[in-house]
Amino acid sequence: MNWTAIKAIYAFEMARFFRTITQSIISPVLSTSLYFVVFGAAIGSRIEEVEGVSYGAFIVPGLIMLSVITQSISNASFGIYFPKFIGTVYELLSAPINFFEIVIGYVGAAATKALFIGTIILITAFFFVDITIQHPIAMVAFLILTCISFALMGFIIGIWAGNFEQLQLVPLLIVTPLVFLGGSFYSISMLPPVWQVISHFNPVVYLISGFRWAFFGSADVPILTSLAAIALFTALCLGVIWWIFRTGWRLRA
Amino acid sequence: MPTIVDIQNLRKSYAGGFEALKGVNLQIEQGEILALLGSNGAGKTTLISTICGITTATSGKVTVGGHDIKDDFRAARSMIGLVPQEINLEPFERVLNTVRFSRGLFGRPADEAVLEKILRQLSLWDKKDSQIRELSGGMKRRVLIAKALSHDPKVLFLDEPTAGVDVELRKDMWEIVAGLKASGVTIILTTHYIEEAEAIADRIGVIAKGELLLVEEKDALMARMGKKQLEVQLTEPITEVPLALQSPDVELSADGRSLIYTYDTNAERTGITKLLSKVAESGLVLQDVATRQSSLEDIFVDLLKEDAA
Repeated sequence: MNWTAIKAIYAFEMARFFRTITQSIISPVLSTSLYFVVFGAAIGSRIEEVEGVSYGAFIVPGLIMLSVITQSISNASFGIYFPKFIGTVYELLSAPINFFEIVIGYVGAAATKALFIGTIILITAFFFVDITIQHPIAMVAFLILTCISFALMGFIIGIWAGNFEQLQLVPLLIVTPLVFLGGSFYSISMLPPVWQVISHFNPVVYLISGFRWAFFGSADVPILTSLAAIALFTALCLGVIWWIFRTGWRLRA
Repeated sequence: MPTIVDIQNLRKSYAGGFEALKGVNLQIEQGEILALLGSNGAGKTTLISTICGITTATSGKVTVGGHDIKDDFRAARSMIGLVPQEINLEPFERVLNTVRFSRGLFGRPADEAVLEKILRQLSLWDKKDSQIRELSGGMKRRVLIAKALSHDPKVLFLDEPTAGVDVELRKDMWEIVAGLKASGVTIILTTHYIEEAEAIADRIGVIAKGELLLVEEKDALMARMGKKQLEVQLTEPITEVPLALQSPDVELSADGRSLIYTYDTNAERTGITKLLSKVAESGLVLQDVATRQSSLEDIFVDLLKEDAA
């Protein structure tokens, strides 16, 4: 393992993040605050408790997941797409590093950024609603696993994308609907039976459910199923990345 | 000199069937400056990209310092620095930072003293905190060189280092290259400026359509392929070459004031004495004589013509 190279990529990517730290923090804090004002205070006061939790508190895990998933994907996809776009990728390809070291560097940095933002949103949430986290270790573990797995997915998108439109396409058309329909703002049990069945095909449901379990101790699907789902998703992304590594797809002519 | 880069029967064909490299064999000697000459699309960049790991070869074998570029890619690539043809740099990054990144990427421990030495050597130290976008084109090229040198490579590939660079900067670049050679770095540069190869190379390789037509010492090549011309200027203009002097090697200039005789420098007899005596016999009066040697450019054009024929 060329740890020096991994560290160099990681530090380089994190430096980019910290150059724009104000934007990086203000944007999620602002949007989360807006969600709390609208859904928590304004509408939430007219919604009864969901699974024994006030609606304002109920949406916290979903809101964190929404930001964390979006951030992981966009950070990782941009991180590897940008060198391709401006041509600096030649340096990655000619350096004495293998593809997994490149992945660790970029995905590690993207996941760290997303984790950072997820933490900030959680801190913001404490200002608006009363929440106690029942399984803090499981909560942190879920958060980290989500950051890593979606950063892996973002990395694949960044390799695949041939232009900036394509870079936005998957997050916009696939990920955002999946996250919104994945129970960020409601419990799956609140849906009509047909939609409950359909929802079980949405991988994000398992993530949000598991994450919510870590907060409140109740979930739409069993916690082990959630863990299995995220493990499967991570394995799938790793498989695709391994294939890219083998073939040099979209990287090496 | 021992061989540092050994290229054996290297082939590269693309999915569409286009063969960019058709079995290239080349041994690059340690410490030399090798210039690869060729027109656009001849395969120069493909050859470099394949050695450096940016494209994968279809078949063939390349070793750098004895390390195979596939099986032992870490050792091979650690020895190589690459300066690409395009100015591929992050516009908002700062000079020192981007060079530091390159060193790390090649697995070398952080060493600010080394970075300072490289930046000073390339007259970039004053610009170390500047953003790349603030630099001139020539400075950006220097940054690319600094990045390529950051991990102390033994072999440096310069892909068209002076393409689109003005005359002054080109001379400047030649000095940098000469300095690098003096420090023991083996240099392979591609160019389509023949005067560049003529000015700085030890050996010259000519590539056309994915094939290496020849590799030879520059001086030997110029002596072997070089032709000399003798210009005999006359006091009075003539309308045609006198009968005694008529030969395929003798031409009359357009103004009729001089005879131009082309001869082979390596021939046992150049034929100059004979020519001059015939000039006198024909009753022509000499005003002056001058000789000219063909440049590498003429040799290059001849080679490509031969290849096409």
